[in-house]
Amino acid sequence: MSAAPASRPRVAVFKLASCDGCQVVFLNLEERLLALAGRVEIAHFLEASSQVQPGPYDVSFVEGSVTSARDVERLLAIRRSSRVLVTIGACATAGGIQALRNWADVEEMARAVYPRPEWIEALSTSTPIAEHVKVDFEISGCPIDGAELVQFVTQLLAGATPRLAEHDVCLDCKRLGRVCVVVTRGLPCLGPVTRSGCGALCPSMRRDCYGCFGPCAGAEPRALAHRYRTMGIPPDELARRFRGITGALGPFRETADGLGPDAHHPR
Amino acid sequence: MPTRFLDRSLLAALVEALLRRGRTVYGPVSADGAIGFDEIHDVTELACALRDVQEPGRYRIEADPGGATFGVANGPSGLKRLFLAPSESVLAVARGVGTFHVEDRAAQPEPIAVLGARPCDLAALAIQDRVLLGGRYPEPRYGARRRDAFLVAVNCTRAASTCFCASLGDGPEVTAPHDVALTELATGFVAHASSARGRVLLDELGAREASAAEQAEERAALARCAYDQCRSLEPAGLADALYANLDHPRWDEVAERCVACGNCTMVCPTCFCQTTSDHLSLDGERAERTRSWDSCFTPDHGYVHGKNYRPHTREKYRQWLTHKLAGWVEQFGRSGCVGCGRCITWCPAAIDLTEEAAALRVAPRDA
Repeated sequence: MSAAPASRPRVAVFKLASCDGCQVVFLNLEERLLALAGRVEIAHFLEASSQVQPGPYDVSFVEGSVTSARDVERLLAIRRSSRVLVTIGACATAGGIQALRNWADVEEMARAVYPRPEWIEALSTSTPIAEHVKVDFEISGCPIDGAELVQFVTQLLAGATPRLAEHDVCLDCKRLGRVCVVVTRGLPCLGPVTRSGCGALCPSMRRDCYGCFGPCAGAEPRALAHRYRTMGIPPDELARRFRGITGALGPFRETADGLGPDAHHPR
Repeated sequence: MPTRFLDRSLLAALVEALLRRGRTVYGPVSADGAIGFDEIHDVTELACALRDVQEPGRYRIEADPGGATFGVANGPSGLKRLFLAPSESVLAVARGVGTFHVEDRAAQPEPIAVLGARPCDLAALAIQDRVLLGGRYPEPRYGARRRDAFLVAVNCTRAASTCFCASLGDGPEVTAPHDVALTELATGFVAHASSARGRVLLDELGAREASAAEQAEERAALARCAYDQCRSLEPAGLADALYANLDHPRWDEVAERCVACGNCTMVCPTCFCQTTSDHLSLDGERAERTRSWDSCFTPDHGYVHGKNYRPHTREKYRQWLTHKLAGWVEQFGRSGCVGCGRCITWCPAAIDLTEEAAALRVAPRDA
């Protein structure tokens, strides 16, 4: 039963520092996007249309991390105009791959890359949205999973409190019948501590998980790091693994930082 | 019926005979660095001349110099996934005008046969029968798949380092219900039928009577396999000891190593926990309910209205171990462990259930 058009919830999609990949997941929904457009009013979504409607919005999806003072101002404005704020993707939920700067000297990098580094106005850190404003829901991933996005929206439209899986990748691997790459190949897979959502994509390709979806509920990354050290994985390699796409999040960050002085600087 | 003998060449005929009965045949197949039960269409698809090297947190396949057909003790998955599907639709609801329609997703399984089921696999299957079919609310999909399955066991003549079935009485010779049991020798297979249809099968294959020497060789091979097992779990008194030691410091110590990933429960052939999730279509017209394998290590499993009663890894591990080794005895009349060793091999943290149980049964003051 579709709601009357006048009462369709108004939805907005915004981006801060990010690659746009999670917004592309919306567009890649294709037929499902058309069904979605029938049930909500897409009021602001620059990746899809240059026609934007002013707020307030019932639901705002925010992609990207905070990497500049201007991002903070925009984010505060988005929060003020949004009833429900949902962060989408590893940048928004964890700071993203650009949070590698959190362990490096941003000014030095700007001098190395740009002819006029004084034009670059960047904060020394990349931080998740939840460190700046109240976030109502988080959808993890790099990029987010289309099926999970659809389930989230469907639950919201049905008036239920959206719930996404919180378990680890291992459960998905075992349900799918994937053979463990830690046990058979000795690879430092992050699946045992990483949130489900990707459908165990990398282990299904006989690769080890890179932790794109961030720590799962109840994750024990320190115990896992200890085990991988005893398997002979060097501490700097392990630290780089934990400091990947979701490395700025507490459990992964603390684990990487705890790997000792050898592991302090990413290459 | 006398003990029979199948010459090596008759194994192909055995597979053909099972296929001729209109059954989908599953056997141990090598894939992605491990062996697991998968569909086979002829005998050449079996994982031949291979053996496994297992230790806590490690599994490798290598060439078997003896060239055995069933040289691999076991793989990451027992028979569980063939009967209790890892994930399946149980219900669909469609909206109608002023009403709704419910579609029951009853299983209409194909008849199957399993070739190469290990004694521990079959002991686990008998336990799952008790759990899933024995109560007031039998699991209909499991029951439909299980009812008519033709089971060809292969007794174990080689133990992995992680095997400990002998201490529990669940192997290396099959004890649980099956149709035919084989024991592999260098020249072929000693064959025992334990059902009428098993006897029909062996007659159909023209299996000759096993010689006294072949039967003696079988006894010796089975005894050697039991003797070779370097791990054990002493079931007597274990449940009481675990319940007496719920505050043992060892629980804290193992929680330091456990990554709470749930792999032990997923690979355990007797673990039966399940969860359901509902998926709605975007237009709000349809909903589908899926039942999936669950684990007592997930955050949802310990959640009871408003609170997670097992928030920490210590409680999760204690729940898994005490239920498996103690709670099951009260609930189902025996330990939930059959000694397959999967929880040891497939634990990414290399935690050894037999080692933990041994440490936990000793009262802390004596430890």
